[in-house]
Amino acid sequence: MSAFQRHRRSGHVIATFTGFEADLLRSLASQLVELLHSEAAVPEDRDPFEALMDFTGPTTEPEDPVLARLFPTAYPDDEEAAGEFRRFTEGALRDGKARAAATIIDTLEEAGLPDELTEDGLTIDVEMDLDTAHTWMRSFTDIRLALATRLGVEDGDEEYWYALPEDDPRAQAHDIYDWVGYLQETLVGALSR
Amino acid sequence: MGVVSAPSPVEVEPTLDPDVLDQVVVRPATPWVTIVWNDPVNLMSYVTYVFQHHFGYSKKKAEKLMMEVHEEGRSVVSTGSREEMERDVQAMHEYGLWATMQREDQP
Repeated sequence: MSAFQRHRRSGHVIATFTGFEADLLRSLASQLVELLHSEAAVPEDRDPFEALMDFTGPTTEPEDPVLARLFPTAYPDDEEAAGEFRRFTEGALRDGKARAAATIIDTLEEAGLPDELTEDGLTIDVEMDLDTAHTWMRSFTDIRLALATRLGVEDGDEEYWYALPEDDPRAQAHDIYDWVGYLQETLVGALSR
Repeated sequence: MGVVSAPSPVEVEPTLDPDVLDQVVVRPATPWVTIVWNDPVNLMSYVTYVFQHHFGYSKKKAEKLMMEVHEEGRSVVSTGSREEMERDVQAMHEYGLWATMQREDQP
């Protein structure tokens, strides 16, 4: 059975999560929001007055590898054009990705996920319109890119991850990465119908 | 074109860089392209969905481009003016795809 399905009558996208799964998704989305706001969008080593007067965005690639992957350099052979592109786009892209992750959190909490998960056997039924489902799908990509960049995932390396001992934290993180990939696959399927 | 074909370099405006002249005079209409690069993370179904949804491509065309990205490492997914390509690249970054842009005739 797919994690995400289209409701026959309403056309909405529906899914059921355990309390643990919903809490895990909220935690991943929260970490993404935090990361997107963590690194100053304007380099800190600038003249303070100049930095205050600059309302535009950054011109150099973020130092954090996850942020560098989320906001790639648009002009690989033209530093100046790349800087200009980044100045005018990175701020909006950061806000959009942070809002998308916040949408996941809001949807789960509106569906009944409590602030602190204490009760066993809780299930969270989510139902969302197509726009919201589209936002979830995009944010799943950002979460997966973040996890994969931290883990160092490469093409065709599945055997390596499956061979790790179960209690290796990287194996656990990779399981979560796989699970979000499965969720995304079924969400793309639900949206493609 | 007179400047470029002038017999003597003396006639060239001394403040103009020849590279700039080359772009302004010889290649004003060269279109730009958006390139999407392969990455180990994005799902094939998702990449196909993005190409259909953002560019309005048919499923067949979107799948062809996706397979090019997957098998050849990169694919030109759109062509147009510099401004249009900047919008496409920004949209691809919104979707988490690794996209860059360049002039069409650039290797």
